[in-house]
Amino acid sequence: MEQVWEKAYDFKKVLSKPERLAGGHRMCAGCGGTVTVRTVLRALEEGDRAVIGNATGCLEVSSFMYPYTAYEDSYIHNAFENAGATLSGVETAYNVLKKKGKIKENFKFITFGGDGGTYDIGFQSLSGAMERGHDMVYVCYDNGAYMNTGTQRSSATPQYADTTTTPAGKVSAGKVQVRKDLAAIIAEHHVPYVGQSTFTANFKDLYTKAQKAIYTPGPAFLNVMSPCPRGWGYEPSEMMNICKLAIDTCYWTMFEVIDGKWVLNYEPKNKLPIEDFLRPQRRFKHLFKKENEELIPLFQAEVDKRWEELRNRCE
Amino acid sequence: MAIRERLSGNEAVAYAIKQINPDVMPAFPITPSTEIPQYVANYIANGEIDTEFIHVESEHSAMSATVGASAAGARAVTATSSCGMALMWEELYVAASNRLPIVLALVNRALSGPININADHSDSMGARDSGWIQIYAESNQEVYDNYIQAFPIAENKKVHLPVMVCQDGFITSHGVENIMLIEDDKVKAFVGEYEPEHYLLNADERIAVGPYAVSNYYMETKRGQREAMLNAREVILEVAEKFEKMTGRKYGFFEEYRMEDAEYAVVIIGSAAGTCKAAIEHIRSTTGKKVGLIKIRVFRPFPEEEIARALANVKAVAIMDRSEMFAGTSGPLGAEVRAAMYQAHAKAEVVNYFYGLGGRDITVSDFERVYENLEKMAETHTVIGMYDYIGLRE
Repeated sequence: MEQVWEKAYDFKKVLSKPERLAGGHRMCAGCGGTVTVRTVLRALEEGDRAVIGNATGCLEVSSFMYPYTAYEDSYIHNAFENAGATLSGVETAYNVLKKKGKIKENFKFITFGGDGGTYDIGFQSLSGAMERGHDMVYVCYDNGAYMNTGTQRSSATPQYADTTTTPAGKVSAGKVQVRKDLAAIIAEHHVPYVGQSTFTANFKDLYTKAQKAIYTPGPAFLNVMSPCPRGWGYEPSEMMNICKLAIDTCYWTMFEVIDGKWVLNYEPKNKLPIEDFLRPQRRFKHLFKKENEELIPLFQAEVDKRWEELRNRCE
Repeated sequence: MAIRERLSGNEAVAYAIKQINPDVMPAFPITPSTEIPQYVANYIANGEIDTEFIHVESEHSAMSATVGASAAGARAVTATSSCGMALMWEELYVAASNRLPIVLALVNRALSGPININADHSDSMGARDSGWIQIYAESNQEVYDNYIQAFPIAENKKVHLPVMVCQDGFITSHGVENIMLIEDDKVKAFVGEYEPEHYLLNADERIAVGPYAVSNYYMETKRGQREAMLNAREVILEVAEKFEKMTGRKYGFFEEYRMEDAEYAVVIIGSAAGTCKAAIEHIRSTTGKKVGLIKIRVFRPFPEEEIARALANVKAVAIMDRSEMFAGTSGPLGAEVRAAMYQAHAKAEVVNYFYGLGGRDITVSDFERVYENLEKMAETHTVIGMYDYIGLRE
């Protein structure tokens, strides 16, 4: 049987599918989070039902402010740290009600969380949900900090980023530690599908990964770099360029882990120096000062190391 | 015919779960409630029930998944104790404000620290303001009966609130007593099929649960919860009446024991009421002194007027708290009963005792001394301090 993701990708057709996240929500202009949500939800086949979950964060407070919801599907927000567990409960309810004949229709289960709610406070809940094998998709819209509360550092924040809790100052060059590699950690849960993506010109990569995540039975995890203009400090119109620079410098990598098999989805023809990704962002501005000039090579070394590790993992 | 059995309190709750056959049970082990999910897992392993168990990785996730399952349209239950419930704290409020009819079997145990695994009400008393209905039991029979009654209370359309069915850790949870079980078909008919009104998996209606509600809307949500709690008063009594018709066992907001002519009264929650009853019988038979007991069954909603009425004619009252709240004055039951009596212009002298913290034993002779003190207080019209301790080592 042909899988939904094996059908030829038609960008125009995909974009003309009905929106499942209605306009009029309160997310910022140039926000990557909503682009992630819209692209992932677009990957649902038309007519398929879904319950959407959401960890507390920008997305939640901006898309379901009582009495208005932006979601065309049924939706549940519970708290910050428990999107995984909450959707576990919904999915389990579905299984038992289906078994008892109380529900006839098929439902899919997709939950969204920011990196704070996923890498940090919701990590245990996510790990539990993945380990238990619920047929659900957890999507992390990773913007590299606690943006809802005003750009505080998370374990997804890149090293040296200037955040409100790791401010660059006279004796500080921003965040001290390197990023946690969450997608690899979830892959080690031996779930059937893990995908890491961001926005590309035709959105094929993210759309296809979302299809695989949704339509592969069992737990799936998507980690999507979703830029934040306010937290990163770039012009809203620059989002797609930022994403392009992220993958062309190999700062952000595009891969998937299918039943334990690592696949690299994008390798730049000319790997650009990391400065190209750092320069347009306010959060890295201090790295270009004279006194910090030794830090960019360190950043580059970390990127190179991880890129090599990833290439070695992929066949 | 009802079934005669000998069961522990945990077995009794698990047996009730088997009879009710709920849809989803997420649970995490913690002493002394661990046995409840264990028994349920065994029923599932042997194909005796359809319940889906979720092996969550924490109590926070236990209540989070219970919230998810309940919002999805399932009858969802869980069980916990002590620190387990403390970890659920945030979710207790979410469950109540989302008006989800979840039933939680709480086996009362002291909160840390120091870590202690024995009976104490600090867990549920700390959660008394979370918007849950709280029903307490003296015996295994009562926890079984309360558990079955919890569902029609929680799921009543006028209520739609979660219910905490509490029993004392080890004392009833592990103590084995004679118990009368109700036949399966009668339990099923009493509890009924769960028919949610609005739920995530309803193909005919899409809903959104758990909004961000700013100051324009938050206050009305809280007023709605209060309304539901007020409605619960009537529903609790209706359900108890129906239950009495089925079993002959009578329940109300509280039990009045030898209160008809009582001059000296104890107000207490949970298993220690049994010890107090033994003291009452002994005092009455040896001295003829008129001593009685009010055993609180329903702490939320708090039956304020009824308690004040029941205490209207006594000379002195000892309110017994099995948890601290560190106000420096009363414990939680002490504060609320005192407030109720003040409002009703009661004349009795009142003292508040802390007893049994972290499972410390309380004996018949302890209660005899309590009644002796009440008599002295009534004669001299002096109460030494707002509170005192029973069984505290100096």
